Amino acid sequence: MNTRLTCDVVVIGAGMTGAACALYAARAGLDVTVVDRGPVAGGTTGAGEGNLLVSDKEPGAELELALLSNRLWAELAEETGERAETGRMIEYEAKGGLVVASSEQGLAALTDLAAGQRLAGVVAEQVPADRLRDLEPHLAPGLAGGVYYPQDSQVMPALAAAHLLRVSGARLLTGRTVTEVLRTADGSVRGIRTGHGDIHAPAVVNAAGTWGGEVAALAGVSLPVLPRRGFVLVTEPLPRRVRHKVYSADYVADVASDSASLQTSPVVEGTAAGPILIGASRERVGFDRSFSLPVVRALAEGAVRLFPFLSEVRALRTYAGFRPYMPDHLPAIGPDPRVPGLFHACGHEGAGIGLATGTGHLIAQALGGKAPETDLAPFRPDRFEEEAA
Amino acid sequence: MRTELAVVGAGPAGLAASLAAAARGVHVTLIDAAEDAGGQFYRQPAAGLGARRPRALHHQWRTWERLRDGLAASSTVRHLTGHHVWCVERNSASSGASGRSERSAAFGVHALLGRFQDEPVTVHADAVLLATGGYEKVLPFPGWTLPGVVTAGGAQAMLKGGLVVPGRTAVVAGTGPLLLPVATGLAAAGVQVAALVESADPKGLVRRLPALAAKLPEAAGYASRLLRHRVPFMAGHTVVEAHGEDRLEAVTVAALDPAGRVRPGTGRRIPCDTLAVGHGMLPHTDLAETLGCRVDGVNVQVDDEQRTDVPGVWAAGETTGIGGAALALAEGHIAGRSIAARLQGTAPDPREWAAAASSRTRLRQFFAAVDSVCAPPAHWTEQVTDDTVVCRCEEVRAGTVREAVHGLGAGDLRTVKLLTRAGMGWCQGRVCGPAVAGLAGCDLTPTRRPFARPVPLGVLARTDHPAEADHTTEEGPS
Repeated sequence: MNTRLTCDVVVIGAGMTGAACALYAARAGLDVTVVDRGPVAGGTTGAGEGNLLVSDKEPGAELELALLSNRLWAELAEETGERAETGRMIEYEAKGGLVVASSEQGLAALTDLAAGQRLAGVVAEQVPADRLRDLEPHLAPGLAGGVYYPQDSQVMPALAAAHLLRVSGARLLTGRTVTEVLRTADGSVRGIRTGHGDIHAPAVVNAAGTWGGEVAALAGVSLPVLPRRGFVLVTEPLPRRVRHKVYSADYVADVASDSASLQTSPVVEGTAAGPILIGASRERVGFDRSFSLPVVRALAEGAVRLFPFLSEVRALRTYAGFRPYMPDHLPAIGPDPRVPGLFHACGHEGAGIGLATGTGHLIAQALGGKAPETDLAPFRPDRFEEEAA
Repeated sequence: MRTELAVVGAGPAGLAASLAAAARGVHVTLIDAAEDAGGQFYRQPAAGLGARRPRALHHQWRTWERLRDGLAASSTVRHLTGHHVWCVERNSASSGASGRSERSAAFGVHALLGRFQDEPVTVHADAVLLATGGYEKVLPFPGWTLPGVVTAGGAQAMLKGGLVVPGRTAVVAGTGPLLLPVATGLAAAGVQVAALVESADPKGLVRRLPALAAKLPEAAGYASRLLRHRVPFMAGHTVVEAHGEDRLEAVTVAALDPAGRVRPGTGRRIPCDTLAVGHGMLPHTDLAETLGCRVDGVNVQVDDEQRTDVPGVWAAGETTGIGGAALALAEGHIAGRSIAARLQGTAPDPREWAAAASSRTRLRQFFAAVDSVCAPPAHWTEQVTDDTVVCRCEEVRAGTVREAVHGLGAGDLRTVKLLTRAGMGWCQGRVCGPAVAGLAGCDLTPTRRPFARPVPLGVLARTDHPAEADHTTEEGPS
């Protein structure tokens, strides 16, 4: 059935970022339609762990966005929806993160990082080796020390996307593939075309995550978003034995790495529902979904090294997802100067759930013509064009 | 440290393939989770039970004897019992099944053994046959989680494997050819079968008579046994609710209209302490999915030689489509011969298995006809109340699934799972998948399950995975 709709803004992508953009845009008084070719949370949102982290970011624009997002997540969690607190519906948990170093050298680097983060406003508490088990009783012996980050939090990402979309009141059209970004004679956006008809709007937000490059191409611009594959291992449900998000200090280096080859560093966390989630691997292998036993073995090995009790625990499942990766590891957020009316909100790599609220908030400000609260210059969507030129 | 052919599953398909390949000189390792060969169909009473006449519970006993004796006599089939295969890994360096070279094996078949399934074993093989069988489909209805409600196949397994009957008065219900042997088997074992409730429309059965005629003698045999045990046969009916406080006390059975809706006012209460219910079977496709084999609908796709589209991987039996033991034997036989030829680097001559091929054709037609008649009622979800538990592992109710679809924008099994946890538990959606798909109004698509069964992280983490010793030099259990 063909439909024709008119609204203020079309958000392409019903994942976490699209949901947050829809929420804040609707709260700014805009009439929002969200379209997705699949269901809600069908892309990377449904394949992630739901990290809201400040601990893994070096001082700079991304950390600023993370701190803003962190505050907004906490505010959202306290809101009360139709039935229950939003925080409970989306399994929000301000559980804190614990980064551990296995060597003195690693600890020195971690301590330096934490010092810089503190200056940027992060709460980071040094944890000496003999106090690590106060925080995590089941940690392996022999670690050099760590840093505790109480601001690190978690949500269940698919629930978060679905509930924020519902709370937003935005029109949600799933199962609709965008085939064209419609433009006026002067080149500015006037809507989108889908297999089910056109939707007219003076603004379009590209929140297509890892597929954001394809949407940008429909509008005639390039946006270098590439997939960076990651596997997650999920264990049988257990009584809470891992209290925080616990990861090795190597993780920060892996996140920032530009290598295409496989990197794994152990990231272990318990969930409200019981299973323990184990990450994190990073590979640039395109959109290859095939299962890789060696990667999953490496994840298990890292996790058992941090928490020896996990050796006896069974993995029930594992799945892969594709982080939307951009060459400088920063997302594209804000208006695209090349196409008036086109906004981007994608390319958050592995931090998209955490950065979604800040991104949505800034996009809503930009849509409303306000000066954004945070400088968007580092996230400019056309920043790679200049480099190429 | 390797075998030429690893056969996963020692049911009819796996046994037939192993013997056919071994007879042509192939070294076979037959891997199965059970302690005895036979699979579900030829499930044997545990040795300790001292059954005097196990054949009384079985059909085609002679076929079974031939397979059993063939396996015992074979010096080239090594049967690994109690091995739970959790993953078949394709080694990237090799393409498989192109000759007996000294190259590294194309596949690693990873299994767990021991009482706690925590000891890892890997069998390296040049070729793999997936004969992983099928499992029962059960759709939910109010009261289906009460003690006393068992699956039809479960009731049969209790009879065949434990020589026990599940209760005194039973109703056998659902749809499909499995219900007949279950009802007659229970009746013969002394259970009073109060009703055999088949949802298929009796007119549909009659219309399909020509296609079903192939199996008429067998069906006639069941009919006479039903008659002898005075089992009332209710076609075009369905169980709408199971009643009981702490356990099953009765079921309500109602008539269906031609559209597959329950006719109002036709409900009838039948007291019973056992309800054996089944709605057909589904293929086990986890290992095939992970290997990257094409799965069409719910069946692993194979060619005339039973080859999947992944070089070196064959599939036979229920995993390629539900069709019973006779079809599994035919497919297994063809697969075994094809594998033997291909491992020797030659193309097989299909004329050699013409008889098996023609029974394969006939049986596939027959089961296609059965499938078109024996379907759950079209509107079965209307009977599922919002408070009916759908996913038993995670205790997710039908209302929660409906809310995820209508209120939160879920449109497929994966999203429903993410938003409700239905299918995230121990069974990984094997049981609730069809129910959730029905309630969500979407297709039952195979879920990716890279671990065909739960694996201890310590096993995954081990880099020194012990390999099975070369079966040409070592005998006995490892």
